[in-house]
Amino acid sequence: MIESLAARLRAGEIRARDLAEQSLARIAERAETNAFLTVTADLALAAAEEADRRLAAGEGSLLCGIPAAIKDSFVIRGVRTTAASRMLSDFVPPYSAAVWENLAGAGTVLLGKTNMDEFAMGAAGVDSAFGAVRHPLYPDRIVGGSSSGSAAAVADGQAVFAIGSDTGGSVRVPASFCGVVGLKPTFGRISRRGLIAFASSLDTVGIVTKTVRDAAIVLDACAAPDSGDMTSLARTDSLEDFLRAIDGGVRGMRVGVVNNPPNLSPDVRAAYRRSADSLAEKGAHLIDITIPSADDCYTAYYLIAASEASSNLARYDGIRYGYAADGASFAEEMSRARSAFGHEVKRRLLAGAYALSVDGRAEYYERACTLRAEITEQMAAQFALCDVILIPTVSDTACRTDEIAADAVPYRAIDSLCTAASLSGMPAISVPVPTDGLPIGMQLIAPRMGEAILFAAASALEAENE
Amino acid sequence: MNKSYLFDKYEMIVGLEVHAELRTESKIFCACSAAYGGAPNTHVCPICLGIPGTMPVLNRRAVRFAIAAGLVTDCEIALHTHFDRKHYFYPDLPKGYQITQYDEPICQGGAITVETEGGARKIGITRIHLEEDAGKLMHDGALTKIDYNRCGVPLIEIVSEPDIRSAEEARAYLRALRERLVFAGISDCRMNEGSMRCDVNLSVRLRGESTFGVRTEIKNINSIAFAGKAIAYEFLRQAEILEAGGEITPETRRYDEATGTTVLMRKKESAADYRYMREPDLPALMISPAEVEEIRASLPPMPETYRRRFSEAGISAANTERLTETPAVAAYFDAVIGRTDAAETAANLLIGEAFPEGESAPEIAPDALSWIAEKMHGREITAASARKLVSLCCGGGDPEAIAKRERMFVLSDEGEIEALVRAAMQENPDVVRQIREGKEKAKQVLVGAVMKKSAGRADAQITRRLIDALCR
Repeated sequence: MIESLAARLRAGEIRARDLAEQSLARIAERAETNAFLTVTADLALAAAEEADRRLAAGEGSLLCGIPAAIKDSFVIRGVRTTAASRMLSDFVPPYSAAVWENLAGAGTVLLGKTNMDEFAMGAAGVDSAFGAVRHPLYPDRIVGGSSSGSAAAVADGQAVFAIGSDTGGSVRVPASFCGVVGLKPTFGRISRRGLIAFASSLDTVGIVTKTVRDAAIVLDACAAPDSGDMTSLARTDSLEDFLRAIDGGVRGMRVGVVNNPPNLSPDVRAAYRRSADSLAEKGAHLIDITIPSADDCYTAYYLIAASEASSNLARYDGIRYGYAADGASFAEEMSRARSAFGHEVKRRLLAGAYALSVDGRAEYYERACTLRAEITEQMAAQFALCDVILIPTVSDTACRTDEIAADAVPYRAIDSLCTAASLSGMPAISVPVPTDGLPIGMQLIAPRMGEAILFAAASALEAENE
Repeated sequence: MNKSYLFDKYEMIVGLEVHAELRTESKIFCACSAAYGGAPNTHVCPICLGIPGTMPVLNRRAVRFAIAAGLVTDCEIALHTHFDRKHYFYPDLPKGYQITQYDEPICQGGAITVETEGGARKIGITRIHLEEDAGKLMHDGALTKIDYNRCGVPLIEIVSEPDIRSAEEARAYLRALRERLVFAGISDCRMNEGSMRCDVNLSVRLRGESTFGVRTEIKNINSIAFAGKAIAYEFLRQAEILEAGGEITPETRRYDEATGTTVLMRKKESAADYRYMREPDLPALMISPAEVEEIRASLPPMPETYRRRFSEAGISAANTERLTETPAVAAYFDAVIGRTDAAETAANLLIGEAFPEGESAPEIAPDALSWIAEKMHGREITAASARKLVSLCCGGGDPEAIAKRERMFVLSDEGEIEALVRAAMQENPDVVRQIREGKEKAKQVLVGAVMKKSAGRADAQITRRLIDALCR
């Protein structure tokens, strides 16, 4: 999709300004999806005109003039950035996220900041201080989170691609529910500088696109080592490597299929089997593997993420920026300011603070870290047997919004199949597969820096889709 | 009441925690200036203010200084370590946590030997770790203002073993530690600017006991003298409580300079829970043995090395002490002793005429000072001329050329001096008569007259001898 748009832009068949206007019109027309928290129409039109100048001069990369959206947890200088929290409802950052600098440098046109679960905590897309994101195709269903607005915007044609963040499935889950491609790259692939932190050792910058090729193109533009993020990694591959892998197909590829599948719904179980068979038909070898239990992964993930969140969100005391409140003492002012956090955020902060406390750390935080090391080891061991792991992104299709409202517990574990890749820092992609009903995403997981093979396998499943 | 019996009955167990700011240009995790002072909140950026989305970028210079601190205190350097977050809410801590090192400090297991009246004592160093400083609160009436300039300035915390047994030892330890950090260029250790701060942990027990008593902590002492006074006071306070049958409660105190006492800040009812966590934004800190060796090789001499060299060069103890006050003067004088055998003369000239202010180096070139000292030592120029010449050579200048121009070389030709003596005698017949009558003091008048005629150049010994001979 990006390649054909880029070709038309270069051929002068369309202008970047037309694309921006179409997208802005679509966003306005589809305001009920609540996919955007801030629309940057003026910036978009100015960027589109600049892109048109570059294109006319024969300059600009594949992304020059392509309209895109970015999750509201990425800071952009001068553009209100809220992380969907009342805490930051008036926050205007003084600098821009590295990923946005890279995309803007490539000529990407910023449409606006997308809605999300508050501070990226949530898997359903319902925990935004500014209202849930409505599913663009199935309005009574949850859209998935936390990069809910990014997935909805791409699925609904409001943006060609969108940047999200994925800590434990936050790009893959909504991509799966919305029928689009969601990539969580290797931890460190894309600089986190300017991503408002949730759980730093798990946070990754994710990408939502319509196609796998698009995901490869956007990853190539975003992934650059950044001296401002000491955990960012050097590039070892190029866009040519990704596209060559996609064109190379899956013949001879060893695809790990889990022999201990968790509780999958009948639809998802059937889709899983069909996907595996389809890869086998295309020449892949199916290998039985065992992956760490989803319960273990989810436990380790939840505790580590909550612990790191309690640390990362300690800075919101209302003194320098963000929601402020009066009080008789610093403790009182701070405690009142922190009341601006939403319920789900508070719940995780409490859990995380306890997990790190003298009373809780041995039993919770330290055990979770040990479990994480074991999970990482077990995941790595599977890659002695196979090249890529195939597993559903979510064990079920999107539930109804009213089911979420009624029951507080089960939906929090929607992302449990996504957490193994997050804990081990491995890249994973969710790709939509054919289904008669609600969208279903299949997840492929590769060893660290193995995005090329992810693209190859995902593309084979996607071809089945068309 | 005489309390000296308490010193015989009880002993103090003291451990010190010293914070020293490192002499980096920029802060430990961002590019802001780490300089002291500045208008409030001018040395700040999104990173040190903890603006959402920011990440720390480690200043490798700070790591190198911490390694150097370990090397000058005989520590083991950890080749594989990491940073941790220490959480507490306070307005001067913008992230709600301090990036520090918890369970794996960069340096461990060192010691320094200090000189006390009772002889040399070895004080163990438990650990040295790297961390960031916090901002500063300023209370202005009902208003509290926050200056974040200091926030993110690199610090090392040096924790001693509880090996210190007296206020004098504590002072000696602090002096020795400061001297080493200053000489190695690691910290300027200006306690008045807060770039070196000291916390005292002190408990008291009956002499001969082997278990430790309950300790109190005295926070943020900002001079070595105050540390000594705080320790002396706190020892007596605790000893008197124990003597009266009371119990010491664990508490944090501060030293009150006005009254010379320690004052309760807060009781430590339960240990503070800092919820330590690995810092996920910084990768493991790896240090190669080659880097450690490179830093070791680049360390300047420590003060005791200078002291030994100066003493071997014949410098008096008092002069040696003065010449090793600052690394700049010590390094300067180290160059001087290599250039002349008249080192003590050079030391006296330097201390008397050209001792620099603060931490700067003397303004006279080592070659020039050596040359002047040699000439004075060889009596080719007089002490008065030498002193004047030292002043004239500050800021550059060839002493030999100046000495020639100013006619400073001593007149030692006996014939010439005799002519001057005779002329002086002729002009001062009364004085000559007084000398002949045995008034020794009157000779000095003639010497002065000869000096005046010779512009101070006449050799004083020869002059005196000739006066003696001619006035007989």
